[in-house]
Amino acid sequence: MAVSLRESVQLVSDPRNLDASVEEVFQLMLGVTCRRDSGPVLHELESVTAVVGFGGLLSGACVFRSGSSAAIKIAALMTGMEFDEIDDTVKDAIGEIGNMLAGAWKGKVPNLAANCGLSVPAVITGRDYNLHVQAPEFQLHHAYRFAESSFDVTIVCDGLQ
Amino acid sequence: MSEIRTLIVDDSSVMRKIVERALRQAGLTLMVVHEAGSGTEGLDLLRAKQVDLILSDINMPSMDGLEFLRQIRAQNLAPGVPVVMITTESSEEHVKQAILAGAQGYIRKPFTAEQVKERVLPLLNAA
Repeated sequence: MAVSLRESVQLVSDPRNLDASVEEVFQLMLGVTCRRDSGPVLHELESVTAVVGFGGLLSGACVFRSGSSAAIKIAALMTGMEFDEIDDTVKDAIGEIGNMLAGAWKGKVPNLAANCGLSVPAVITGRDYNLHVQAPEFQLHHAYRFAESSFDVTIVCDGLQ
Repeated sequence: MSEIRTLIVDDSSVMRKIVERALRQAGLTLMVVHEAGSGTEGLDLLRAKQVDLILSDINMPSMDGLEFLRQIRAQNLAPGVPVVMITTESSEEHVKQAILAGAQGYIRKPFTAEQVKERVLPLLNAA
């Protein structure tokens, strides 16, 4: 059955789709259980952010953000390697997590999966920065926890064709 | 399964390692694993090396995986070698485009080693 554009937007803005996408990516790629966390994410001074843009039927971005220790733990689980700092491999791993989250999330709605392309990930590292988006069509912002570490994922949709 | 020579094309070095690990977990004995960070690098490698299996991402800067696949076929590189796309893009339209471009298989990220085994082994057995 065909799904209307408005119905598609309702499906992607359903918070359960984002939660299911995060759980799927962490279970399959890291082998860990990850759950939505109602508490605040404890941000470290240094953080890592992956931004994957999407365009087409819907435009916006999927933003993954964690502290440096969670990013290092994620990269270690993905690769089986050990890391002492945020090096290029850790940035690469976090970019791929952002990419898979964005893909899994939009894949929940067939209409968007086919008509919404993803950018290659951009990874930002540093201290004390914020990302701002003006007047989004809708926004989801969820915190998650796995193995004593936390991170947050934001979906910002700023345009609808 | 005999020892195979593989080319993995992905702009993420982490994903290349994960794909390699999944192939080993799937029971394949990898004699050689060539890695390329882009379609262009992949084509250069195929001009110089012989492989038995190609796995490629789709979303890559400079030359994406579909164009890489079209160029393999257009330049008659690696004739008869199965190509499997591994990507976050999972719609029927993307699968159709990949098949039209010459892919024999399609694996969606995130994936398990079992899924890699299910998609790859039949292709190697048929080749």
